[in-house]
Amino acid sequence: MKVPLRDLGRGLWSLLSGMRVTLGQFFKPTVTVHYPHQALKMPPRFRGHIELVRDPETGKAICYACKLCERACPSDCITVEGVKLEGDKKKSVTEYRLDFTKCSLCGACVEACKSNAIRFSHEYNLAGRSKEQFIMDLFKRLEAEGK
Amino acid sequence: MFTLNLGPQHPATHGVLRVKMTMDGEYIRRAEPVPGYIHRMHEKMGENRTWAQYLPNTSRVDYLSAMHYTHAYVGVVERALGLKPPPRAEYIRVITSELNRISSHLVWLGAFLLDLGGFTPLLYAFDDREKILDLLEGITGARLTYCYYRFGGLCNDVDDTFVRGAQEFVAYMRPRLSMYQTLVTDNIILQKRLVGIGLITSEQCRKYGATGPVIRGSGVAYDVRRVEPYSVYPELDFDIPVFPEGDSMARYRVRMEEMAQSLRIIEQALARLPDGPVMAANVPRVLKLPAGDYCYAVEAARGRFMVRIVSDGGEVPYRVKLRTPSFSNLSLFEETSRGLLLPDAIALLGSLDLVIPDVDR
Repeated sequence: MKVPLRDLGRGLWSLLSGMRVTLGQFFKPTVTVHYPHQALKMPPRFRGHIELVRDPETGKAICYACKLCERACPSDCITVEGVKLEGDKKKSVTEYRLDFTKCSLCGACVEACKSNAIRFSHEYNLAGRSKEQFIMDLFKRLEAEGK
Repeated sequence: MFTLNLGPQHPATHGVLRVKMTMDGEYIRRAEPVPGYIHRMHEKMGENRTWAQYLPNTSRVDYLSAMHYTHAYVGVVERALGLKPPPRAEYIRVITSELNRISSHLVWLGAFLLDLGGFTPLLYAFDDREKILDLLEGITGARLTYCYYRFGGLCNDVDDTFVRGAQEFVAYMRPRLSMYQTLVTDNIILQKRLVGIGLITSEQCRKYGATGPVIRGSGVAYDVRRVEPYSVYPELDFDIPVFPEGDSMARYRVRMEEMAQSLRIIEQALARLPDGPVMAANVPRVLKLPAGDYCYAVEAARGRFMVRIVSDGGEVPYRVKLRTPSFSNLSLFEETSRGLLLPDAIALLGSLDLVIPDVDR
């Protein structure tokens, strides 16, 4: 089959102009990071899994188990338990179970919370080998951090 | 004559779409799409959670244009409640929606050219898309499933970093578009693969309800932003790109031109961005929608997306109906692919820009 000469010219031209773009890219700096050795910093509003916030004055969790977050959650992944200690006006949290396998990180719980007792963590390296690793007690986590 | 299965997991179907093809050699006699592999009951889920709890679902129907889908759902609830978001919120909605449109088209560009056998443009497209995702992650906290809009406004305000970043992006993206023109659009191989391939007439688009770049690539200037104006789009100056050829190249050109128009919209909206609150003051804490039947449509990246809700006056929707563009766009594939060569059918399928979770929802 005879290839029209015009097609040949156009083909050569588009090949060369494509090569020119590629060559220009060759001298530009790298845009990726070498992940395990370098990592990007998460922006302040990054939505990771939630965590309890400590009251700077008392050193305890702000959460008083009002269960607003539990009700706001679309996927039923939060279970909060609390007891009323003697001498306290409000309840204190004793268990804050987050089933991260069901969480879709929508942030409804953080918005529902009136006392800013929960916030998003900036953790994103959350691979695990078992399901149990993702059913976490945030209260125990907070306690363990304090020690 | 033999039957050929394309998918459910095939590099050219980007999801779990299965196409059952009856082939005559390399020619297609009949191609029957078999959707449903990623059906997640999104409509049914709407019936067992409150109005606000359904919000995260809307980002997950079409994960590439999450902003538009949330916009439609938020819009329909606002329409039912008679809420009016403050002007600043409306402008930010337009800016983020258009950024999302560009990022969605960039994924399409990369994936489409990957289907056609060109690997390099994918890397260019994802490099540009990364800039949009970084911008949106900075204000919403997520890279794909933003869930940024709320009934009556937005969940948080944008900062100067975002405004500056968006302005820089507009300036950065314009030369990139002309780079794509040189690298991809003018390429003779692409032209030979797309020009005159996969013809779709405007009559077929009307018959199957195809919208978005598919119908605009068939010469019909149908864009929800024009025909049913919503948000602040009537105040902004932009064109609706229309190409009458109806082939895969026309749909390609519509999307490339749309990116340039989206940049224009973002630029204008940024210049006009008013100050003020981003949340309406009179949003009730517990949402109970007045009984009735409400609709709201937006122009998503793939076409007309409409939410219809029926409320019985309670805290939980009675019915949530999602009209998704990908489903209608896929439905014309059977008729238009008849008699095509297999590689041409892949070009046609790619030019429809399907998101399979959006088909099945």
